[in-house]
Amino acid sequence: MSLTQQLAAPATQLAAEGAGEHRTLIITLFSVFVAITLGVTVWAGRRTKDATDFYAGGRQFSGFQNGLAISGDYMSAASFLGIAGAIALSGYDGFLYSIGFLVAWLVALLLVAEPLRNSGRYTMGDVLAYRMRQRPVRTAAGVSTIIVSIFYLLAQMVGAGALVALLLGITGEAGKNLIVVFVGIVMILYVTVGGMKGTTWVQMIKACLLIGGTVVITVLVFHKFNYNLSALLGAAAENSGKGASFLEPGLKYGVSTTSRIDFLSLGIALVLGTAGLPHILIRFYTVPTAKAARKSVNWAIGIIGVFYLMTIALGFGAAALLSRKTITDSNAAGNTAAPLLAQEIGGGADSTGGAVLLAMISAVAFATILAVVAGLTLASSSSFAHDLYANVIRRGKATEKEEVKAARVSAVIIGGVAIGLGIFAGKLNVAGLVALAFAVAASANLPTLLYSLFWKRFTTTGALWSIYGGLVSSVVLVFFSPVVTGKETSMFPDADFAWFPLQNPGLISIPLGFLLGWIGSLVSKDEGAGGAKYAELEVRSMTGVGAH
Amino acid sequence: MDTAPEHAHSGPPGPRDYTDVQHSAEFGELRRGYRSFVFPLTVGFIVWYLLYVLLSNYAGGFMGTEVVGNINVAFVFGLAQFLTTFLIAWWYSRFAAVKLDPKAEALKTRLEAENLQRATGAEIGHQATPRAEDKGELAGQEDDA
Repeated sequence: MSLTQQLAAPATQLAAEGAGEHRTLIITLFSVFVAITLGVTVWAGRRTKDATDFYAGGRQFSGFQNGLAISGDYMSAASFLGIAGAIALSGYDGFLYSIGFLVAWLVALLLVAEPLRNSGRYTMGDVLAYRMRQRPVRTAAGVSTIIVSIFYLLAQMVGAGALVALLLGITGEAGKNLIVVFVGIVMILYVTVGGMKGTTWVQMIKACLLIGGTVVITVLVFHKFNYNLSALLGAAAENSGKGASFLEPGLKYGVSTTSRIDFLSLGIALVLGTAGLPHILIRFYTVPTAKAARKSVNWAIGIIGVFYLMTIALGFGAAALLSRKTITDSNAAGNTAAPLLAQEIGGGADSTGGAVLLAMISAVAFATILAVVAGLTLASSSSFAHDLYANVIRRGKATEKEEVKAARVSAVIIGGVAIGLGIFAGKLNVAGLVALAFAVAASANLPTLLYSLFWKRFTTTGALWSIYGGLVSSVVLVFFSPVVTGKETSMFPDADFAWFPLQNPGLISIPLGFLLGWIGSLVSKDEGAGGAKYAELEVRSMTGVGAH
Repeated sequence: MDTAPEHAHSGPPGPRDYTDVQHSAEFGELRRGYRSFVFPLTVGFIVWYLLYVLLSNYAGGFMGTEVVGNINVAFVFGLAQFLTTFLIAWWYSRFAAVKLDPKAEALKTRLEAENLQRATGAEIGHQATPRAEDKGELAGQEDDA
């Protein structure tokens, strides 16, 4: 096996050098996707009449449609290419990593989706501020929403630049920057023109493409191994050069005591963070009822679960069919393992089949990035307009028209900021920012959300302590961690002021967020605790009476 | 939104006080049914996931034991996480559809009928509301509150 692989290796060089002629095909598919989705966006924009249309897609999507869109919103390039690459290089630990992303949906299903749909209107802040003093809690919710979304967005933008450049064989900073600008402009168009309706359709189309593309590669991989999982794993273990340990935990997360604790910290943040990600939460408002919200999470769990199961075939398939050097030469983190595998399984670099499959998977990766960044931009601009502008700055006196206009303007500004930061951070390793976004969501947003919905004694002070406490502690811990300085893989490898050993702050910041919310409520006697407002929230969240 | 209670005394009906509903036996039963199902289940699946992470971290030998061919305990454990996630989602949805939805639905229908009555009862006072263009704004705020 390994011998044939070595012989085949020269043929599997990626677009980076050889595939100039494939580039035309890839660019054509990219353009077709952008043209179709922009067409859909304009169509959706014409049907966007009021604030409910803009923020919540008119609440007219079905459970299945929203389940697809949630999957499209959630499965980023990091899950698609990152997990496949992690499995291809680290074997079992890549698979282990993917599971937290799925289990997390049970928190959303059991505790968050339905009460949120019943009590909120457009943003996460609607529910966090429901029983509290409006302005301070709205401000905190808006700040947290925008920070989480910007971290996430930045990681996606920088990743997009590097990845698309790689797939197109573009070298040099100017080319990457051009891609970042292009991605940014398309994402701003989706959000400002199409609002939630346009964004939802883009995410649904992307989810279908992603699942479709992954199914094709999975079937081809399994076909090669006579549909025998054990044979696939065996070939992957042998070809990886790591033997049986490739199929056991430890290659990536088990190298030291610190890395083990770090993985535990990451796992907790993944499981608790998903249900606190604002761009996911606002998707629950796009369906007519709480029951439909439940249905959409069920569909999302099914789709995302099947997708992660297929990444096993992608990752181990890449490990079995490509040489390790081929994968790491193309991208050290393995991010191009899936496209490389597509090329190989289609017949290799010089074959038409290989070119077509490579172009298909590259286009899917591109669609994946665009759909996720659009969701993030929408979440942060919605929160800016509805939480900060309408309810804090204008004290609830802005008209619907002014509010939607503010949302569109802030989408342009946030998009512009993301483009600027994306270019500035182009050379930095910002992969750690996704984990930080999950950690903030789990430490600041989730405790406040759960206390608000389920704990009678929760107060405005408690809400502010948990949001700001969770937010500041995660950001500060990451700032002083190896994510930012002190290591070769850090954002700023030349500096070193890291004293916090873990890359993932969740182990400290999540309990701290919960603890601060609890203590803040015990030491204060202000708005929020018990009373009529809590009665209203509780009855509404459980029954849907008065729901928008 | 802050201002909503201010015009509670004028024409439009003030926000309804749900404290009586919150304390009612009917609502108590719905809440108990929901919480006693989802809280233990949440603790359960988080512990089950953490067990998996901890075993992966610290019990490499056990996890590496082969079960069938190249498929080891770690792999089976991982697939079991997928399976339990699917099963819990299905179980909760069935429970909610059978035990919670009918109760929530009945309460909602009753409360909405009551609220409608309050609204129409107060309509005479509501006529005094200012100019038409302000109306939407006021309604929006009440909505939000």
